[in-house]
Amino acid sequence: MSALFEIHDLTVDVPLESGFMGMFKMAQPKLNILAGISLHIGAGETLGIVGESGSGKTTLALAMLGLAATSGGDMHFDGAPLGNRASFIALRQKTAMMFQDPVASLSPRMSVGALLYEPFIIHGKRVANRRAKVTALLEQVGLPPEITSRFPHELSGGQARRVCVARALALNPKLVVADEPTAGLDVSVQGEVLNLMGALKAELGLSVLIISHNLAMLRHVTDRVAVLYLGRLVEVGATDAVFTNPRHPYTASLIAAEPQPDPRKRRHDLALKGEIPSLFLRPKGCEFHTRCPHAQPMCQTTAPELRTLGEGQVRCHFAETLKLNKRSEHYGMEN
Amino acid sequence: MSLPLLEISDLKVNYHSDDGLIEALRGVSLTVKAGEVVGIVGESGCGKSTLVSALNALLAPNAEIAGGTVALNGRDILRRSAAEQRALRGAEIAMVFQDSMTAFSPVLSIGAQLVDFQHNMPDANHREKLARAGEMLARVGIGDPAQCLRRYPHQLSGGMRQRAAMAAALLMSPQVLVADEPTTALDVTMEAQVLHLLRSLREEINGAILVVTHHLGVIGELCDRVYVMYAGQVVEDATVDALYHAPRHPYTRALINCDPAHLEHRSSNLPTIPGRPPSLVNPPKGCAFAPRCTLADANCHANPPPRVRISPTQTVLCHKVAI
Repeated sequence: MSALFEIHDLTVDVPLESGFMGMFKMAQPKLNILAGISLHIGAGETLGIVGESGSGKTTLALAMLGLAATSGGDMHFDGAPLGNRASFIALRQKTAMMFQDPVASLSPRMSVGALLYEPFIIHGKRVANRRAKVTALLEQVGLPPEITSRFPHELSGGQARRVCVARALALNPKLVVADEPTAGLDVSVQGEVLNLMGALKAELGLSVLIISHNLAMLRHVTDRVAVLYLGRLVEVGATDAVFTNPRHPYTASLIAAEPQPDPRKRRHDLALKGEIPSLFLRPKGCEFHTRCPHAQPMCQTTAPELRTLGEGQVRCHFAETLKLNKRSEHYGMEN
Repeated sequence: MSLPLLEISDLKVNYHSDDGLIEALRGVSLTVKAGEVVGIVGESGCGKSTLVSALNALLAPNAEIAGGTVALNGRDILRRSAAEQRALRGAEIAMVFQDSMTAFSPVLSIGAQLVDFQHNMPDANHREKLARAGEMLARVGIGDPAQCLRRYPHQLSGGMRQRAAMAAALLMSPQVLVADEPTTALDVTMEAQVLHLLRSLREEINGAILVVTHHLGVIGELCDRVYVMYAGQVVEDATVDALYHAPRHPYTRALINCDPAHLEHRSSNLPTIPGRPPSLVNPPKGCAFAPRCTLADANCHANPPPRVRISPTQTVLCHKVAI
């Protein structure tokens, strides 16, 4: 299998401030964020990572690029192991990250031209004709060359996103990691940015990792999706299969929770009650049992493993027998 | 027929800027009856926020009201004295903002702030106000109100904070509750819960709810009637069912088609609306949507479109809608 990026059994813990106990040189307490994450991104594939806030989506992306310390597991990019600082620096020439807030991720003191040239300086690449390179990058993302002298605050949300896309593509990466690439954009602009990313992906043969909680968007632009809950993968599968036939109750609830742009499909019951539990109070057994509408006594005591089921993977004791909503079950007609 | 609770007629608001006069609202009319949930939908820059500010008499200093009225129970808000306008906010019109983190002060506990919001309450002492605050938190679905009262905003999750913000807005039993992008900052699951809450509140409060958003799903789940805004004008207003199933304005249609949630089948090429909204410094003489409209002809570009009444509950601002 030609996986571009492989993650095997990845664990991320963050040390907690030890405070009072630290004075006695006790073992440093740790908070576990991610555990047992095994994923791969194929060449030319778009993988979506979905989950609520606090599910560890962003931490996973940061860990993949060496921006968050890992405490277990291993990762490979293009067959080469990742681990030491040098390997991640090399990795970052071939991967690019698009951060959640486009304006905040662009330095307010640099013009668009300088921002687009910055990746070349950081990685010590010489460019013969700097102006031509910047113009070419802008053209690639559909921005006019006049924009070169503008500053980030002078850009609209959609333009700032495009500049981030151009910056991500500057070094001809193989993988682009996009964290909520459409958050805060109007629907019409959202479509433009996604179409642009899709077109560039096809043209340049990129792999893309999209992190989002916008399911409607992920359904259209990803090939596979991985669902995270409290730092554990609960379901991985082909996008079509996951959306039409979710196997994990959490996935089904997320899909059902999406507001429908059609008043005739209004729902009367809540798809998912309560909030994601605190990482400090990780539930025993299946981590989702506190909110799961199908929880059985066994779920409170025994943690399910992520196992292969059909084409995908799921972490649920009852995945075979559960009759999960096929979307329509959660809806009822009003009046 | 009963008088509308809130009636905005032909409201025009301009902003003075370095680039010239920005015509942010160009004759917006809107009515809200008691008990209704009305949605206002539109993209960035369409004038939604200016409209909300005008409703609260909180327009920026460089704004100028060039015409029109905002009448609450038949009395104009805009031409009241500053003291009267101040008394109005919170008590008659209450707001729920998009970002609940900045809506609360970070240095005071939720309880202290909910008590402060009741400063206009006659003859109630601090303890009674705190008790009322607790009751209101319970009503918006906070499990342990006593504990929540002692907490500071940063100690609450986004969903909890948004609930607390709604409790704050409802404390003075306002007649109009304005929710500005109430779920944009929330996850899908919290969003569903907040929508559920807003829906249950409409049965409890005897006023009206005005939901301002760019999210068509939120409108679809929540509202009875919808106003679609584009470039400072209402381009279509309709019942929510008509809007989604029989939209008449080309912009409304395009907007609905753009929503990825609307597409039944998976598509990697998402529909968009080519072009940009016009600058509102010297807005176009003709239809503002004409440059992006597939149906537009010379007449659309040259002359302002008429407001065409399709049914008693639906009007469209368009040349191309034949009756």
